Amino acid sequence: MARLIAFRIAQAIPVMFVVAVLTFLLMHLLPGDPATIIAGDMADQAAIAQVRHDLGLDRPVAMQLWLWVANLAQGDFGTSLMLNQPVAEAVLERLPVTGSLAVVAFLITIPTGIVLGVIAAVWRDTWADTAVMLLALIGVSVPNFWIAILSVILFSVTLGWFPSSGYVPLQDDFGRWLASLIQPAVVLALFQIGYLARMTRSAMLDVLDQDYIRTARAKGVSITITVAKHAFRNTLMQVVTVSGYILSLLIGGSVVIEQIFAMPGIGRLLVQAIMARDYPVVQGTMLMLGFAFVFINILIDLIYAYVDPRVRYD
Amino acid sequence: MLDVANLTVDFRVDTGWIRSVDDVSFSLDAGATLGIVGESGSGKSVTALSLLRLHNDRATRLSGRVSFDGQDLLALPERRMRELRGRDIAMIFQDPMHSLNPVLTIGEQIGETLRIHQGLDRKAAQVAAANLLDMVRIPDATRRVTDYPHQLSGGMRQRVMIAMAIACRPRLLIADEPTTALDVTVQAQILELLRDLREEIGMSVILISHDLGLVAEFAERVIVMYAGELVEDAPARTIFEAPAHPYSEGLLRAIPSADVDTHRLYAIPGRIPDPGNRPPGCNFEPRCSLAQATCAASPPPLDPIAPEHRIRCPIRSAAKEVAE
Amino acid sequence: MTDRLASPAEPQPVLSPGATRRRILMRRLWRHRSFRIGGGIVLAIALLALAAPLLTSTEPTQMNLRARFAPPSAEYLFGADNFGRDIFTRVLYGARISLWIGCASALLAAAGGAMVGMVSAWFRPLDGVIMRIMDALLAFPAILLAIGINAALGPQVTSVIIALAFAYIPRMARIVRAAALVVRELDYVDAARVSGAGGARIIFRHILPNCMAPLLVSVTFVFAYAILAEAALSFLGIGPPPPDPSWGNIIAEGRDYSVQAWWIMLFPGLAISFSALGINLLGDGLRDVLDPRLKVEA
Repeated sequence: MARLIAFRIAQAIPVMFVVAVLTFLLMHLLPGDPATIIAGDMADQAAIAQVRHDLGLDRPVAMQLWLWVANLAQGDFGTSLMLNQPVAEAVLERLPVTGSLAVVAFLITIPTGIVLGVIAAVWRDTWADTAVMLLALIGVSVPNFWIAILSVILFSVTLGWFPSSGYVPLQDDFGRWLASLIQPAVVLALFQIGYLARMTRSAMLDVLDQDYIRTARAKGVSITITVAKHAFRNTLMQVVTVSGYILSLLIGGSVVIEQIFAMPGIGRLLVQAIMARDYPVVQGTMLMLGFAFVFINILIDLIYAYVDPRVRYD
Repeated sequence: MLDVANLTVDFRVDTGWIRSVDDVSFSLDAGATLGIVGESGSGKSVTALSLLRLHNDRATRLSGRVSFDGQDLLALPERRMRELRGRDIAMIFQDPMHSLNPVLTIGEQIGETLRIHQGLDRKAAQVAAANLLDMVRIPDATRRVTDYPHQLSGGMRQRVMIAMAIACRPRLLIADEPTTALDVTVQAQILELLRDLREEIGMSVILISHDLGLVAEFAERVIVMYAGELVEDAPARTIFEAPAHPYSEGLLRAIPSADVDTHRLYAIPGRIPDPGNRPPGCNFEPRCSLAQATCAASPPPLDPIAPEHRIRCPIRSAAKEVAE
Repeated sequence: MTDRLASPAEPQPVLSPGATRRRILMRRLWRHRSFRIGGGIVLAIALLALAAPLLTSTEPTQMNLRARFAPPSAEYLFGADNFGRDIFTRVLYGARISLWIGCASALLAAAGGAMVGMVSAWFRPLDGVIMRIMDALLAFPAILLAIGINAALGPQVTSVIIALAFAYIPRMARIVRAAALVVRELDYVDAARVSGAGGARIIFRHILPNCMAPLLVSVTFVFAYAILAEAALSFLGIGPPPPDPSWGNIIAEGRDYSVQAWWIMLFPGLAISFSALGINLLGDGLRDVLDPRLKVEA
């Protein structure tokens, strides 16, 4: 296991390096001159040159790339122009918000999606299956922010059940923290539940077709136990592999959801930075999110290795 | 003890129902051994699965009678059938690589049978599982019970399958191609093990295989199936020494033999017909060297040609009569 | 899924094997229920978008201050917005931009992905590097990638298309690479190579046609997703710029009035949902018929 962890981390390093280079190139190779934009419409040539120099944009690209990577290696993700604050600090400050949202949504998605998927597979071709597949279809067809706005109109404005916006930190008040999260998290989860249910269903159908299921039945194991004990655990292993992807999608989705519910998270920081043309923040946020996604993938791989005896004992 | 009468199995496909097993009848006494032989697609495995009703309910239609100790298994409620599976009738399958659950230890999987049918607790089941592993001659059994299937070789896995099957000392063991996926040397060991266990437990065994030689060596009685039908039913000696049906003859000739120096292996020409597209007359007629015009006209009946010997071939039946 | 067995041979005019195969596929597609429903929806929406000038007498950007926030009525079918612009007209014309963005970015992603995938599968020394880059990009959810790229490109229709296409190239590239690697090892490709066919010829004659099925299926899914993503980008303020309507920017503009004038954002949202639904159904049908074992996810 320890060797596996070391191996996976060693494998992740080149990927993280590529992520770093790509985020750098994103801001440097695309058309448009950040210095001109940052300096503003009124700026004269001297002011633009000053900005360019301040940002180090007047150096050769290879040099800039080297500095970017070298700074990263020391934990320096750049400095925000609008906040006058290191990017890493700004992102980490907002991490609890986005983290809470994504994790709560994840905790809603996983059990619900799995249960629905198992139901759909076991009662295949019945109305329950149709309903679950329909939910999955709606999940990939309806814009999530649109549902979020409709949900606010219904549950916050009309019924007044949940706060329509804002975020209460966990350490302040657990109840209000949860209340502030429940609506955005459910809306966010809704779209991944369908996806997960569909994946679970197809994994379960696959497993139910395996020879060892027939073996269990030949031993006299009831259908219920066959599904719950023999099929479910094998299905779960396949679900583990998609759960990392789902968590990444939830984090991606929270960028939009944070806007609607006015939650001061990383997504909102990213959008504000785009609007303010705060390139270092855009770059640094993308990079930190990229690292987070790589980290999630490693974590999922390790969980998978732990759950699957075939890997665990190798 | 087991009496199968007019067993017919249909599967649902997109275009309707196709017949996989057609009107098969045979019987088996307590403690006896029966072999079922045929090429793949002959319906032999489907027949075996039907005895335990292990097919998908919604896509399968079973008819006829399968009486086991006087009760008709096809009419039994699912709950009663479940009690019988693994306890009175057990089954082992062709592919030991995929027939064991990869996420459960072999001890858990063997013990499960005992926990279901004999109400053993987890600990007792684990101990019993170790004894069973010992019985199927897996060395170091007490340590092995906590192994996962992937840690065992194919032959070992098949032994685990056998241990699982004999856990409740069933009265009938159905072995569906138990050695096909294994190396030749391992095959012999597994058969040897089955033979010994049969004597030890006193159970009946149905051995299913495409290999007539293997079956004839193991079983007292052999039935030969072709395209879902039973085409010959005779004592193993008879089938091996003087098969009457041309298909059985073909199967016999296809056995590679050590004493005759044949460089070319015989194979029956042609292929088994698709279930949805069988000939109007005798199913074997298109591949048969004896075929006459009448063979293609109507399906032949299953005729007794000697005591304990039935064949589905009018040409051979007639020849036999003339000879007498 | 509806018919796994090929229908029994019917009398057919003499056709090349390819043409016969295509005919069989077409027939199977037509029999697939979700393909028919999806196709119908997509066709209807495309026709509405094309026929927009015939269906409405006003211009999408024409303001009428007296009609500000007019609720849905006979005159303003879907109501009017804060500038008194007719939402019905805007949704009809918005379909043009939204569908164009979706379609163009899906095709561009497919073309780019096909190229990257081919190169990766064919020039083995590059494979490792290209795939590491694709892995790095795949770590990001597509929407974030699109946001990041578009942040650099600025809010324009073409930049939205480029951003969305780039966001999906890694997925497409993987599909094409996998298919190409399989085809590469087949005997007839070897035969072609032995008979002296060049790399380009093998790619275009042998490999590309064999990647078409999975590629086509993912193009439909990306099409649907791109329509949703365009809306999300617009909502974040980096989509196609107003005043020209796209479904996304109509919603974005109506967002501030969502409580009092719900119709501004309701109808374009429905339009997005219906078209994405139709395209997804179409994609499900294509997947079932072209390659039932395919596991392409949008």
